[in-house]
Amino acid sequence: MKPLFRTCPKSGLVLHRDAENLIKANAVAAVVFLAVGGLLGLLVALTRWPSVHLLDAQRFYQVLTGHGVVTLLVWVIFFEIAVLYFCSAVLLRCRIAMPRVAWTAFVLMLVGAAITAVAIIQGGSSVMMTSYVPMPASPLFYLGLILFAVGALIGCFIFLGTLVIARDERTYEGSIPLVTFGALSACIIAIFTIASGAIILIPTFLWSVGYIGSVDPLMYRVIWWAMGHSSQQINVAAHVSVWYAIAAIVFGAKPLSEKVSRGAFLLYILFINLASAHHLLVDPGVGSEWKIFNTSYAMYLAVLASLVHGLTVPGSIEVAQRKKGLNGGLFEWLRKAPWGNPVFSGMFLSLVGFGFIGGISGVVMGVEQINFLVHNTIYVPGHFHGTVAIGTTLAFMALSFWLVPILFRRELIWPGLAKWQPWLFGIGTALQAFFMMGAGTLGVSRRHWDIAFTDALFDWAYSGLAYTMMALNGMSALMAVTGGLLFVLIMVGTIFFGRPSGVPAEYSAQRPATLLPPAPETGGHAGIGMGWLVAPGTFVLAMFLLVIFVVYYVINYAYLASLWKIS
Amino acid sequence: MNQNDGGKAGAGQANDEPVPAMQRVLDNPFLLLFLGITVPAVFYIIWGVMEIANIPIGR
Repeated sequence: MKPLFRTCPKSGLVLHRDAENLIKANAVAAVVFLAVGGLLGLLVALTRWPSVHLLDAQRFYQVLTGHGVVTLLVWVIFFEIAVLYFCSAVLLRCRIAMPRVAWTAFVLMLVGAAITAVAIIQGGSSVMMTSYVPMPASPLFYLGLILFAVGALIGCFIFLGTLVIARDERTYEGSIPLVTFGALSACIIAIFTIASGAIILIPTFLWSVGYIGSVDPLMYRVIWWAMGHSSQQINVAAHVSVWYAIAAIVFGAKPLSEKVSRGAFLLYILFINLASAHHLLVDPGVGSEWKIFNTSYAMYLAVLASLVHGLTVPGSIEVAQRKKGLNGGLFEWLRKAPWGNPVFSGMFLSLVGFGFIGGISGVVMGVEQINFLVHNTIYVPGHFHGTVAIGTTLAFMALSFWLVPILFRRELIWPGLAKWQPWLFGIGTALQAFFMMGAGTLGVSRRHWDIAFTDALFDWAYSGLAYTMMALNGMSALMAVTGGLLFVLIMVGTIFFGRPSGVPAEYSAQRPATLLPPAPETGGHAGIGMGWLVAPGTFVLAMFLLVIFVVYYVINYAYLASLWKIS
Repeated sequence: MNQNDGGKAGAGQANDEPVPAMQRVLDNPFLLLFLGITVPAVFYIIWGVMEIANIPIGR
């Protein structure tokens, strides 16, 4: 039998050779596209900085299209496929299903992304990521996206096939680990997302080559957003899984309650995809009942799931820290956390940024009345830089600092700079989100080349504060891109120039030991925490989030009332 | 990440307790896949498309 498995002496992970190579390939492709997408983002921010105004209008829309497609689809989905393979084959200690097909999927994704990139570079497809009909793009633009989606869909089924193999070959006992369950929820959300993309992009491709006379714009928007927004929900499920993984990696933390955490992932599976309706809140063709039910994630059940994860992940870290003796006061566990370890700091900044910036703004903006204030303003990119850039990208960066040295068996280069990377990227992106949301509240449009409306028939001037906000956004983007560039350099440098770590990899044909379920807690949480709370610090943080949430909600309604006076 | 922390205790557990119904649901990825596709397909896509399809055509 061919040698298939190796055990990492540092982490104890068991790596199947094919799975390891596929994870490497998908992660490397992801990082390359992150570098491209990040640089395009910098060009966008520098153009929207009024006194810099870097690109001409035509180039701006072309670059903005590239930035959206590459960062919101290509970078995250490549990385998520790597996460799916890791959470199945590696965490379940089994072989990966159909490795040749998985390589075909990888090639399809790569070729698809390249074709779409060529279409954008050629200049005839500056249609933004949304590519709303009847605005036409080159047929290659849609074809590339379709091929990319087919590859990603195959990747999802490879993940499901690997779960079946693990179950049939009994490589684990009991239920799959929580992190793998989180990845399963990401996979299910991805399958719905990709199927929706196929439903709308295939006819749009046929329209672009002349086989179909027209595609209804409203129908397009409804179905396209089932892909466009749901693709970001894959991110949420994936980065929450990464949070749980990092809590276990860095602290040996166990979830406060596996049942509750799994229940929260189930709520994601059932309801999180409904939120796509946020984008159609001002569309006249769909009724209020549809809008209210869907934008509330089915009466806020998927929001409840995020609140549960936001409570249980730091709660599990707090309990683990308190058990190690950091039991003083409310926040000794947090004060003495390893803030210089980029795996932890990246993950924690991701959690805080996602909750306080992306989460609160997303839910408040999703209320039909409040949405009128900010619909199609730059507030919206501000919100999703809080979710996708801070929440997802920073979590994936944090995981990479731990995983890349294991996969490539090399020491991380520049450990001193690596400590600063999450802070540079996290704070830069958080400031960007704040300033974009501030400018959006003042009415600044998203996707607009010139906020001065030069040569427009009618005069319109935003306030001076809006201009300042856009300038501060540009400066913050410089900081965020420096952090992103540092990440890419550290990853590429580690892969090519990192010092080899440990003994050479030895693969064995022997089947790894069966993965056993975690031991039940012995001794409970006696002696830790304060009063009846085992994680009082987390409780206080959660209450703080809730207060901010309510205050922000009320402020927005007050703002709405001041703009839309009722006599 | 040590996935085998609980090896000893887990191996020693009696395995004859019935698996709760909810855990059986959560342990079935294909049932979850069915639910995860059906719920948004019905409430978001089908309901939304029906509303659009019912808009009278202007003449």
